[in-house]
Amino acid sequence: MGRILLVGRLAVRDLRRRRTEAALLLIAILAATTTLTLGLVVRDAASDPYESTRAATKGPDVVAGTGPFAGLADLEKLATASGVTEHSGPYPAIAGKLEASGRTSDVQVQGRDTAIAAVDQPEVTQGSWVSDGGVVLEAAFANSLAVRVGDRVTLGGTSWQVVGLAVTAAMPPYPGTTCIVSAGCVNGAVPTDRDLAPGFLHNPGLVWLTQPDVRSLAPAPDSMSYVLNLKLADPDEAEAFVDANSAVMMRMQTWQSILAEATELARDAQILLLIGAWLLGLLAVASLAVLVGGRMADQTRRVGLLKAVGGTPGLVAAVLLAEYLLVAVVAAAAGLAIGALTAPLLTESSAGLVGSAGTPSLTWSTVALVTAVALGVAVLATAVPALRGARSSTVSALADAARTPRRTGWLIALSTRLPVPVLLALRVAGRRPRRVVLAVVSIAVTVSGIYLLLVLNTFLGEQAGARGYSEAQVTVLRHVLGVWTVILLALAAVNAVVIAWATVLDNRHSSALARALGATPREVTVALATAQVLPALVGAVLGVFPGGYLLFAAIIAITDGDRTKATLPVPWQLIALILATVLAVAALTAVPARLGGRRPVTETLRAELA
Amino acid sequence: MNEAAGTPVLRAQGLRKEYGTGDGLVRAVDGVDLDVGAGETVAIMGPSGCGKSTLLHLLGGLDRPSAGEVSLNGRRIDDISEKALARMRRTDVGFVFQSFHLMAELTAVENVELPALLAGRSPRAARRRAEELLEQVELGGRAGFLPSALSGGQRQRVAVARALSNEPLLVLADEPTGNLDSAATLDVLQLFEGLHKSGLTLVIVTHDARIAATSDRMISMRDGAFVDETRLSGGTTGQLGALVGLADLATEE
Repeated sequence: MGRILLVGRLAVRDLRRRRTEAALLLIAILAATTTLTLGLVVRDAASDPYESTRAATKGPDVVAGTGPFAGLADLEKLATASGVTEHSGPYPAIAGKLEASGRTSDVQVQGRDTAIAAVDQPEVTQGSWVSDGGVVLEAAFANSLAVRVGDRVTLGGTSWQVVGLAVTAAMPPYPGTTCIVSAGCVNGAVPTDRDLAPGFLHNPGLVWLTQPDVRSLAPAPDSMSYVLNLKLADPDEAEAFVDANSAVMMRMQTWQSILAEATELARDAQILLLIGAWLLGLLAVASLAVLVGGRMADQTRRVGLLKAVGGTPGLVAAVLLAEYLLVAVVAAAAGLAIGALTAPLLTESSAGLVGSAGTPSLTWSTVALVTAVALGVAVLATAVPALRGARSSTVSALADAARTPRRTGWLIALSTRLPVPVLLALRVAGRRPRRVVLAVVSIAVTVSGIYLLLVLNTFLGEQAGARGYSEAQVTVLRHVLGVWTVILLALAAVNAVVIAWATVLDNRHSSALARALGATPREVTVALATAQVLPALVGAVLGVFPGGYLLFAAIIAITDGDRTKATLPVPWQLIALILATVLAVAALTAVPARLGGRRPVTETLRAELA
Repeated sequence: MNEAAGTPVLRAQGLRKEYGTGDGLVRAVDGVDLDVGAGETVAIMGPSGCGKSTLLHLLGGLDRPSAGEVSLNGRRIDDISEKALARMRRTDVGFVFQSFHLMAELTAVENVELPALLAGRSPRAARRRAEELLEQVELGGRAGFLPSALSGGQRQRVAVARALSNEPLLVLADEPTGNLDSAATLDVLQLFEGLHKSGLTLVIVTHDARIAATSDRMISMRDGAFVDETRLSGGTTGQLGALVGLADLATEE
């Protein structure tokens, strides 16, 4: 117990002593855990609300409707087919136009009984169920129109009072509603070069009236369509039931296909977020490796002191690991909280399902996975340097011997032919090749992400209709991309600054020596900045190709998408992206480089040993 | 202090360096006057912490004084910009440090050529000069070795060669034998004696009487100020050298 207390106390003391580094570390892991949490919570939101809606509304296993070749009699026969245990309907349905809040929308109006149905009894989320003269709106549709209970809407030229809002599992929420009227429907954006056939409904909402009210609105009895909801003995056999009863050309939809459509948007958002989480995870590992590597160099003396006063290599490793695990636990907790709180912003289009209107709940598996990833990242990044530090000789550690820099002979030879700042920059880079690789990877990952964002943004803007996205859906996906962009850029900026600081600190001695030998502060400053900008340039180029291209190909493969529908960035956009990246890195590293180039020479030379 | 013969290459007047304020004020260098003539070797001796190294840093423009003036070849260097100071160091001053301060990833010849490259010399000229200097310090055969593969004395000889890379007016050496064993000390002493004979102007900070014995003047420093000065007849490893054991070491070699 005393040993654990000692390890904890030493770890906390060191974190408090190096607050800035601890904060940067926290931000790096936090960004990754937040995005991962968002991805996982949105995944849960994508399936759970439908399940709960289905349970709450006695959701049908199969929804059947009349069509050009199937009439009311066929539906009534289906109600008694083998395998059917319960049914509701057939209910009449008509097409119409609803005016509310100054907007006119196409709607499908379904006539229902005021009594509770055995199958598909929509769950009222506000107000009450249908009554004569009162209309109930599907919740997501009402949400998009900003209509509330008590408002008046016009339907078929008549004014109706909204008596309730409800959700159903018999069709996906607005704007993905299934077509139940004979007029036909089109969901999503309509390409500008195509006209909608007369009578077709565009992105129709769903409303319920009593059956007499629907019949009063129908221009003629034969203009009505009918819907039948069926419960089967074995819901998993819904597809087989549809196949067995497809002799009559009837419209039939299984609960599994409704589930898939209802959660399609959330699934797309989840794929984006999860890919974002992986990219951010990579960036976080790069940050951690640099931070930890930099700290290990600084902590050599501390390791020596711990060992000199009797600390075993195990204790030293435990103290170092404890520091990072502590930060990882805090980052995981904060990431889970932020992710869970912001997830509703990304799932608001699922308001048409029970349980999705509030905060999507965290599951134990999400908590465990996010925590495990945070701890794993910390352990991965700290294990090697911690063990190396713990095993180092006490005497050399106490003497604060600096890590021996690498010698990159060809780079040293090449640099002699270049101007002084580039000469020094190449040598700075050559001293720590692994850090340069991390910098290149970090920038390449970021630029790949931005490349993908450009493609997706263009796709959403220009080809929204290609996958049937409505404006509301595009807005939701843009939210996802926005969240992605902000976290990605924030973490990339943190990485650039961290790497620049680590480089400046690591080169204190060589910078001071170069100045003692005649390099000007400006030359050293430019060298330190150039040592960051050169890897940034390489990283940006690799991030565009092959990085961005491969990431795009991966997304297309995962989502089973059609790559011909996406417009890839044009050359000038890519060149601008590379230049912007280089400029951003130069700006971010300017301050550390300037401070590094102007640090008093004598202080450094006195403190450091060659 | 005595005037050095001829025009002084280095002149310091009323030189002061203070750290801290109020009760915590420390005068590391306290009113030092010094003239060093061309070709002269001056040794500054004193106990640890008396301000010797700080003085050397002020004289070489690595640090700025709190008060007083420093001139190099008649030109004030205490009030010029950092950039001008850097240029001055690159062409006029060579430094030799106690802990060598060699770049660990550069070979001996790459370390020696670095000041010339910083001064804008062509890579070929810089390399040729570095090889010549390494020959002079008898390390021609070790030009391609990394510092980690050299002994302490060899490292210090590389550092001396580096200090001479740009043919400076003045070489400032800070405890050049402080980290060396007796045999390596002898190597370096002989090297400095050679530099002295070649007419180079040298200021050496040391607490080693043997190295001070090679100088023209030996100045004692205490609490930041000069307290005593001894003029030696042109620098010697003769009588005084024998007195401090240098001759014995030479014989042992």
